[in-house]
Amino acid sequence: MSELLVLIDHTDGEPRKISLQILTAAKQLAGAAGDTVAAVWLGEGGSDVAATLGNYGADKLYHWDSSDAQAYVTLPQVEALEAAFEASGADTLFFASSNHVKDVAARLAIRLDAGVITDATDVRAGEGGRLDVTKEVFGGDKITHSRVAEGRKQFVGIASNAFPAEDTGGGAPELVALDMSLSDAAMATTVDAVEKQGTADRPDIGEAAIVVAGGRGLGDQAGFEQMEQLADVLGAGVGASRAATDAGWYPHRFQIGQTGRTISPTLYLGSGISGAIQHRAGMQTSQHIVAINKDPEAPIFQIADFGIVGDLYQVVPKLIEELRARKG
Amino acid sequence: MKVLVPVKRVPDTAGEKKIDPNDNTVDRESVESVLCPVNEFAIEEAVRLKESHDAEVTVLLVGPESAQPIVRKALSYGLDAGLQVTDDAIAGSDALGTARVIAKALEEQEFDLVLFGNQSTDARTCLVPAAVAELLGLPSLTYARHLEIDGGSVTVHREHEEGWDVVTSQLPAVVSVVEAINEPRYPSFKGIMAAKSKPLDVRSLADLGVEPEQVGANGATATMYEFKDRPPKEAGTIVEDDGTGAAAAQLADWMTEKKFV
Ligand SMILES: Cc1cc2nc3c(=O)[nH]c(=O)nc-3n(C[C@H](O)[C@H](O)[C@H](O)COP(=O)(O)OP(=O)(O)OC[C@H]3O[C@@H](n4cnc5c(N)ncnc54)[C@H](O)[C@@H]3O)c2cc1C
Ligand SMILES: Nc1ncnc2c1ncn2[C@@H]1O[C@H](COP(=O)(O)O)[C@@H](O)[C@H]1O
Repeated sequence: MSELLVLIDHTDGEPRKISLQILTAAKQLAGAAGDTVAAVWLGEGGSDVAATLGNYGADKLYHWDSSDAQAYVTLPQVEALEAAFEASGADTLFFASSNHVKDVAARLAIRLDAGVITDATDVRAGEGGRLDVTKEVFGGDKITHSRVAEGRKQFVGIASNAFPAEDTGGGAPELVALDMSLSDAAMATTVDAVEKQGTADRPDIGEAAIVVAGGRGLGDQAGFEQMEQLADVLGAGVGASRAATDAGWYPHRFQIGQTGRTISPTLYLGSGISGAIQHRAGMQTSQHIVAINKDPEAPIFQIADFGIVGDLYQVVPKLIEELRARKG
Repeated sequence: MKVLVPVKRVPDTAGEKKIDPNDNTVDRESVESVLCPVNEFAIEEAVRLKESHDAEVTVLLVGPESAQPIVRKALSYGLDAGLQVTDDAIAGSDALGTARVIAKALEEQEFDLVLFGNQSTDARTCLVPAAVAELLGLPSLTYARHLEIDGGSVTVHREHEEGWDVVTSQLPAVVSVVEAINEPRYPSFKGIMAAKSKPLDVRSLADLGVEPEQVGANGATATMYEFKDRPPKEAGTIVEDDGTGAAAAQLADWMTEKKFV
């Protein structure tokens, strides 16, 4: 019996949805193999959310209750995870395949001589105790299976929305405080300020079940107000094409595509976006795709489940009205 | 100051990529190759450091001999020297293997700053910059949307889902940039001509003291053992609006039926 470690990504004291999805997946894998799941919470407040983590699958919670985890860059988390590996004897780490977390995985993999696979869309038990990891490459054009080389610890980064998050009422996990003292190197890169750019109550586009996206066809920055109205009717996140972020209509961190974020919501709804290959590379794994575009030849229609050929400035306001009416 | 810019050759995203069924790697000869577009932002930032800090910039590429035009391309933006690590044993390396080669090549250089792209457009692992930093025992300030050098320290605005963190460390350091950081200029005609005669050093694994079994397909920490095309998508419902937006009602019906409302 061994422990599967799940690094919990969190913000404002709450686990991100993706971490609950990973716990759910880890719980299933562990159950089949007679293993257990140990969550790792780095930063303050781990014991406050222990019950939640338990409900989604954590049997144990390693926590390091220190503001140092966020006061410096990457290395504190690497060192704390090293301590968690030592305490647990684990062979497997699951992490959220998001940018900053990948850095932690990369540095730790070098230290522990592990193998890393990022952006997994499925993970199953494979031959010889090696996980069989599904991953979509070339912007979702190809589907691949990978495994970590024999004899190495397996680090697998999980893509958002690859698994459902299921509250199975597991109850409070066993709490284990990590005993940590940081090296000088870990305190060498300081976080001097955190700039949070208010996105109101809109969900992050990486996690949102529905993403509304706008492109050059909006014509100007004001067009995004309409996208936000539509998003708020649906409880959706708002994303943009590069043409729109380049024009300064919406911040870069909301860019969807090859050089922006990769998203897989259950519904993507794009307006005034042509569907260039670099954009599709960030969204074509969405479960359902809707496009509103006045050009019937726009490539986005090739991958749309539902498309409207029309002027978005006519269609979107009507759509907001219709959706509001249906919500009652 | 001295700056190193590691760049990658990638298949052009717009071209069709074929995977070689013999070894499950990208068949690089089947598609046009380009300088990874994300690296253009690192190069532009390096050029700005030349202008503001008199930086001397070397571009570093790990890849086969046939990738040499990509090094020249990078030089054409006005960089000073090229370094290419070429060895048959490198083929099939994963991100961590590539990072080992880059780190070994960097160990031989003097530098204050390494400027990566945050990701490559083909592999998109984002692992290489942090892995190189770890191998060299240096800080990693990744996903920079803004960079400032002040004497012996570097400050970066590190982009994340909600905004960015302002982070600082001493040099030398490893930085990776996102495309929000600047607007790359095109190479000038003069730059293109000058690139042809810039010094370009080519090194093998043996030159760097890298054991061949640490890299390449055999040293890979993870391997892809099966691949298939994504199943083609079934044609969707496309409706034409009559110019009044009335088609929105059909979309709202469809969304209700699918329980999105
Ligand atoms: C290296 C590289 C990386 C890139 N990375 C990305 C990336 O990460 N993400 C990304 O999105 N792009 C990326 N691109 C850019 C990409 O190639 C396209 O240029 C971009 O996606 C186009 O954005 P768009 O669809 O908004 O604009 P356009 O292609 O100009 O499309 C606008 C669409 O709006 C429609 N339209 C106009 N007016 C209306 C109206 N009133 N009503 C309805 N429809 C209307 C038009 O018919 C058109 O189809 C990258 C390009 C390169 C070279
Ligand atoms: N073969 C390579 N040679 C030089 N630099 C590379 C190579 N592969 C990746 N890089 C660098 O690492 C960055 C991140 O790539 P990746 O980790 O593959 O997403 C790229 O933008 C490059 O700067």
